[in-house]
Amino acid sequence: MADIFPGPDIFPAGMLPSLVEMMAKIIFIFTMNMGVFAPLLGWVERKQSALMQDRIGANRADILGFTVFGLLHTLTDAIKLLTKEDFIPEGADRPLHYLAPFIAVVPALIAFAVIPFGGQYDLWGHKTNLVIADLDVGVLFVFAVASISTYGSVIAGWASNNNWSLLGGVRVAAQMLSYEVAMGLALVGIFMVYGTLRLTDIGVAQENFLHWGIFLQPLGFILFITCALAENKRTPFDIPEAESELIAGYFTEYSGLKFAMFWMAEFLEMVTISGVLVALFFGGWQIPFVSGAALARLFGFLGPNLAQVAVMLVHVAVFWAKILLWIFILMLIRWTLPRFRYDQVMKLGWKIILPLSLINILVTGLVMLLVK
Amino acid sequence: MELLMFYGFGLLALFAGVAMILSRQPVTSALLMILNMFCLSALYALLDAHLIAVLQLLVYAGAIMVLVLFVIMLLNLREKKGIITKHQASLQVVGVAAFGFFVMTVVSRLNTAALPKSKAASAGFGTVEAVGRILFTDYVLPFEIASVLLLAAIVGAVMLAKSKV
Repeated sequence: MADIFPGPDIFPAGMLPSLVEMMAKIIFIFTMNMGVFAPLLGWVERKQSALMQDRIGANRADILGFTVFGLLHTLTDAIKLLTKEDFIPEGADRPLHYLAPFIAVVPALIAFAVIPFGGQYDLWGHKTNLVIADLDVGVLFVFAVASISTYGSVIAGWASNNNWSLLGGVRVAAQMLSYEVAMGLALVGIFMVYGTLRLTDIGVAQENFLHWGIFLQPLGFILFITCALAENKRTPFDIPEAESELIAGYFTEYSGLKFAMFWMAEFLEMVTISGVLVALFFGGWQIPFVSGAALARLFGFLGPNLAQVAVMLVHVAVFWAKILLWIFILMLIRWTLPRFRYDQVMKLGWKIILPLSLINILVTGLVMLLVK
Repeated sequence: MELLMFYGFGLLALFAGVAMILSRQPVTSALLMILNMFCLSALYALLDAHLIAVLQLLVYAGAIMVLVLFVIMLLNLREKKGIITKHQASLQVVGVAAFGFFVMTVVSRLNTAALPKSKAASAGFGTVEAVGRILFTDYVLPFEIASVLLLAAIVGAVMLAKSKV
């Protein structure tokens, strides 16, 4: 067997820096997602909805009179969810009921592995590529992982032994299936324009402001963001958890930390969607009209290595700022639009978005043929 | 490391496959099948066929199995305790015998046949570009025939569904 899989040496020379780099990147992304976004987005959402509905918003939880803009609500939420009784309904499929929230959360975290949060930098002779896994299949990996996360909700709906949950689960399955196809096709135009699926290459290609995905593929962008909203299962596409019809849909029978995990999965998916949006359509880590080389010249007084570090930090900050902007816009959409009806969601997916994405591919192909 | 992963995922795939057949719950069977496909995808990835691995996950584990699960849930299929009839019992005997014969043939063949020496994958093997190029040059005819076949299936499905409305 040994010669069928000729494995590389486990520790070739120069492995240590790459290992350190890899661990640092994984830890960075993990803390950003689990430590910053997962807990704080709940607060952002509360404050933003309050602002939009002309309310004051979350401001009651306090320690010795200090409310810190309602940030303490996040803390009280955490305490509440941790200490709540973990309830499993009678007749539920216990192992599956337990497994479902994990299947929902883990893919949301893994998907970020292929999204580049910065470019390539030469630090002290070590090439640093700010993406955890620079895969050739790129964004397809995000889709594949997202399609696995669907099972979290579907299994939750099934395992709860509750009709509302089951209906929610069935709706999730139908909705995901309908929009996954259109989402993939909406992005084919982007792949055609840039000639690659590798997200780092797409990021490099967007150094010129006018070559950002949004300008080259405006229709593809609108179609993709619609499908992404549907995959995220938030209003206006939240029919799987429509309160007025299904109580809470697939997570009706969940409480405590497991309920929190579904909540977290939703927020993390939002971060991932924003990441894909930024990487594909909004120039990734690039700043409009300021190339990486120009930025390096600006920081030139720091010496070659420190200048690269400065450029890297600026790019990473720009990337996360763009993500924050997109999360804000996604929440804006959520609090603006009412929920669609089930048949409207299906009709939109199959009869409007799918044909439009096919037309987009056709037009993109024709234009590319004419330009070349 | 790769060998270890190969055995891990291979054994898990075998376990999932056997458990899928033995499980009496349709939903559990479907989930085990997803696990099996997931392991297969991991094995493809170990073989440097990244595109195939992702497509396996996306199309089979992600889309087709969601559909299977959807139908099972829609029909609300629960555990079925059937009685094995005489006819079924004899069929089972025939099935086991046929499978045993199959396994024996495969094993005896593999024992005698010399396996071709494996080569390290060439650079760019399994990338989207490489697979796409092969698909549209060497295998363009089977590729197009498959697409016509799928189109025929879609048209057929639409016709069947329409007549009921």
